[in-house]
Amino acid sequence: MMLQTDIMAILPELILFFGAMGLLMVGVFNTSNLSRPISWGAIIILLVAATVVLFQPGQAYFAFNGALLMNDFTALMKAMTFIAVAGSLVLSHDFMHQEKIERFEYPVLVLLASCGMSIMISANDLIAVYMGLELQSLALYVVASINRDSVRSTEAGLKYFVLGALSSGMLLYGVSLIYGFSGTVNFQELASLGFTGNDIGLIFGMVFLMAGLAFKISAVPFHMWTPDVYEGAPTPVTAFLAVAPKLAAMALFMRAVITIFPQAQDAWQQIIIFMSLASMALGALAAIGQQSIKRLMAYSSIGHIGFALVGFAAIAGENSAEGVSGVIIYIIIYAIMTLGTFACILSMRRSQGMVENIDDLSGLSQTRPFMAFCLAVFMFSMAGIPPLAGFFGKFYVFRAAINAELYTLAVLGVLTSVIGAYYYLRIVKIMYLDAPDDEVNLPMPRNLSLLAGASTFLMLLFFIYPKPLVTVVDNAADAFLGVDVQPGYVHYQGTPK
Amino acid sequence: MYEAIVFLPLLGAFIAGVFGPIIGARASTYVTSGFMVLVAILSAVAFAKVAIYEGPKTITILEWIHSGNFEADWKLRIDTLTAIMLVVVNGVSCLVHIYSIGYMSHDPHQPRFFAYLSLFTFAMLMLVTADNFLQLFFGWEGVGLASYLLIGFWFKKPSANAAAIKAFVVNRVGDFGLILGIGAIFFTVGSIHFDDVFAAAPALAEGNFVFLGQIVPILPTICLLLFMGAMGKSAQFLLHTWLPDAMEGPTPVSALIHAATMVTAGVFLVARCSPLFELAPSAMTVVVIFGAITAFFAATVGLVQNDIKRVIAYSTCSQLGYMFVALGVGAYQVAIFHLFTHAFFKALLFLGAGSLIHAVDNEQDMTKMGGLREMIPFTWLFMLIGTLALTGFPFMAGYFSKDAIIEAAFAAHNPAHMFAFTLLVVSALFTSFYSWRLMFMTFHGKTRLTNDQLSRIHESPMVMLIPLLLLSVGAVAAGFAFKSLFIGDGQAGFWASSIFTAVDNHILHDLHDVPKLVKFSPLIMMVTGFVLAWYYYIARPDLPAVVAREHELLYRFLVKKWYFDELYHFIFVRPAKWLARLFWKGGDGFIIDGFGPDGIASTVLNVTRNVVRLQSGFVYHYAFAMLLGVAGLISWFMLGGGK
Repeated sequence: MMLQTDIMAILPELILFFGAMGLLMVGVFNTSNLSRPISWGAIIILLVAATVVLFQPGQAYFAFNGALLMNDFTALMKAMTFIAVAGSLVLSHDFMHQEKIERFEYPVLVLLASCGMSIMISANDLIAVYMGLELQSLALYVVASINRDSVRSTEAGLKYFVLGALSSGMLLYGVSLIYGFSGTVNFQELASLGFTGNDIGLIFGMVFLMAGLAFKISAVPFHMWTPDVYEGAPTPVTAFLAVAPKLAAMALFMRAVITIFPQAQDAWQQIIIFMSLASMALGALAAIGQQSIKRLMAYSSIGHIGFALVGFAAIAGENSAEGVSGVIIYIIIYAIMTLGTFACILSMRRSQGMVENIDDLSGLSQTRPFMAFCLAVFMFSMAGIPPLAGFFGKFYVFRAAINAELYTLAVLGVLTSVIGAYYYLRIVKIMYLDAPDDEVNLPMPRNLSLLAGASTFLMLLFFIYPKPLVTVVDNAADAFLGVDVQPGYVHYQGTPK
Repeated sequence: MYEAIVFLPLLGAFIAGVFGPIIGARASTYVTSGFMVLVAILSAVAFAKVAIYEGPKTITILEWIHSGNFEADWKLRIDTLTAIMLVVVNGVSCLVHIYSIGYMSHDPHQPRFFAYLSLFTFAMLMLVTADNFLQLFFGWEGVGLASYLLIGFWFKKPSANAAAIKAFVVNRVGDFGLILGIGAIFFTVGSIHFDDVFAAAPALAEGNFVFLGQIVPILPTICLLLFMGAMGKSAQFLLHTWLPDAMEGPTPVSALIHAATMVTAGVFLVARCSPLFELAPSAMTVVVIFGAITAFFAATVGLVQNDIKRVIAYSTCSQLGYMFVALGVGAYQVAIFHLFTHAFFKALLFLGAGSLIHAVDNEQDMTKMGGLREMIPFTWLFMLIGTLALTGFPFMAGYFSKDAIIEAAFAAHNPAHMFAFTLLVVSALFTSFYSWRLMFMTFHGKTRLTNDQLSRIHESPMVMLIPLLLLSVGAVAAGFAFKSLFIGDGQAGFWASSIFTAVDNHILHDLHDVPKLVKFSPLIMMVTGFVLAWYYYIARPDLPAVVAREHELLYRFLVKKWYFDELYHFIFVRPAKWLARLFWKGGDGFIIDGFGPDGIASTVLNVTRNVVRLQSGFVYHYAFAMLLGVAGLISWFMLGGGK
């Protein structure tokens, strides 16, 4: 009975894991290059896992003696993560083929990383946190340098690995401090000890833990790897890195901090506000100076994480649910528009090969109107222009911040978003107002145009019918707070001692 | 009928202004002029009905503002004072409209011109028919606007634009006083309806209010503030500088606005507020002093001007000073009487000057004219009549009204009355001198026109001469015909309630009992002025230059108009420009642009450059940044910042 529940709880992870193993076997024991079918297989496995997640019981319950938690929040985040990963795999096909780096290991590694992300999202004790995080990270280090013949790609992978190891060290150090001062690693038990901002030892632990997690979402000042890795990694990998791990890491970040330290809100809120402000400011300012659109996207993602953290900082008191849904909506909309943007970036191909400078987009509206239109929509959405979805993402987090009386944060956030609008709009200006080059962009591949079109559609029409997403997210937010902030609220009897 | 009087000019302005380009210049002029003829006839009827037969009446047009205890309805208050103004305004306006058909016939913008003229007439009618101070202020600002538009009618002339702006800005100073006065009235009385305010006047005369810690008597303050508005509009001393420059506008405009009607709005305002002024003797003294100084000052400047329109402009200014002296000594009826007669002969002089200017190819410098009498005899005749009326030749219009003012100044009990009397008598001498100087320099003596100008000289068309003829009739007969009605024994019944005089104010009676010498002083001055002018400009034409050279300092002082323009330039214009420059260069350029849009943009770029440089590409830098972040956060909490 107990084991059966546990197995059912980790069914999506099992599907991913065994799927990855199976695909690995297929790849290894086949002499012909089957990377394309294997990739599609991985996509199917991801979608199956997402379906399974969505059909798991709606009520919250624990598995493996409280090491993992399942509820609406984890289900939503897992499903979104899997779909995002599947999307980034779809994006990769044409690029990998044309760059002649089509390897069957890539989808396999991505599946393993997804498995890690899934565990991260569900993690309910610090050991599970570390396990999920490392499973994900190790796979990511490898995929960052998947183009092993390219110096830039291997350099990116190495930098990511070294800095990732450092951050893991910090995280572990924080975990050990917390365990040393409390004697437990379980989230609910830690919460029940009622740490406040006065327990300096635990605050140390919290700071290190948060530093390690902030590295994964690339919040300032733990963001330094991001531009280099985004630029160096092959573009589909960048798309993958920019989306799925952010979803998982943000979910974990929120759960770990809010569940473990409900009483020390004053302390962690300061850290979040600092990271949020620094990320928004750096994202906005540094992106202006970029020529490479991939680097620009790196800073853009840093900025967006800053905005999501605005909602995080607002998870306090009565308005907690608003803050949680703000973050979730923001990160989901961010994921969709980033995938679409990368679909366009991956279409920046000319006869001599891929290009990735912003200037290469000049006059795109005349040569490739559809691509230019999609990219323009994404840029406007990222800049937060109404009525595109990106505006609502910002709207929800800032509303939460205002209701939590974080006025300074909200005002500064809006100011940085104004600065940030500059470089988004510059891209639109280059596409629509500048004269085209002699070289013409090649047509968009079918997969990419489908994905970009779907994403554009969602961005454009979210404001007409936002209810489904908002309802689902509100449920998730309630589940998030229902279990974690009030440790007594558990449906399933298998609670830890 | 009264509604038609007020709104037909507005309709005319609307038709000419909006549909002028469609219906054409000719139709625009005829429509507006036709309306004005109708309105002028109606005004005469209204005058007869209200002033002589039926008495005052009030007509409500519509409810305007009802807010809390503040009420201002749009009403027409038609009493004797208003009826006189209706006749003056519409009569002169009608003649000026007709005259302009000829005078402006070569102008490409005729519909606009006639629209402005009619708009001005409407605003002036709003002013004189007002039943409360707000409506009066509406008309007051309306005429200011129309004046601005008409002075700057020839908008391609920089000097015309400058003059228009000057008129507007100087008037703003006066209007500021007026609106403060209206505010003070509402503050103390709680209403701005004339009837309420006038009924409260005795109570106000007793009261004080506290302003900036000072105890201020209410009524003199209100009166002085209203008088400040009157000074601006009526070009009294210190606020007179705009009037001579306003001559940049077309000559019919000068005749209508800057001689007969708008500039007398200040006189009308004080007469209308006679219930207030009558109870504020100190304010009355100020009015007398300013009036006397204006009369004297403008007359002295008029002595030496060479531009024919400027001479008449200073003459207007001077005559307005006379009117204010009459108001100040309590002889409101005399002031309005002079306003009435002055409107005829001054409009006549201006339109005559216009006819003259028209004849000599837009030449306005009198030193380049002379000997025109035979060439344009009708114009000469009309100008002569105007001059005789202005200088107070017996039984002409000015003889009755101006002499009455001088006698009233002598007979008054105002502390400043002898001061005013002296200045007015001297001014009468100057008036006579500059008026005859004007006549002699233009129409008599040897001609100084070029042959080219002489070959094209011509008498004006009938459409211009007939208005002159009608005005001449007024200039000759207005004083004689209306004397007994306005200031004679039956005046109390005539004015009825429109002008208030205190119980002990017997000035209209007293002015008949002045010594013979006083009675004859204006006549003596007139003759002396005529003889002097004849001697200087006909008998010894070389003499003026000699005198000017011998009294260089005085001459320059007068030619430079007492250096008022230079003084104001130094005191107001230069500091204002300096301040504006400060705000422009310092405020807008340095602070707003520097720290605003441009400054932020360039700062962002600078910061961006530095931020981008942070991304060195070295792993140990990145690791260092991470550790620095952790160390910083830890230190923050260790030092207690987290609490």
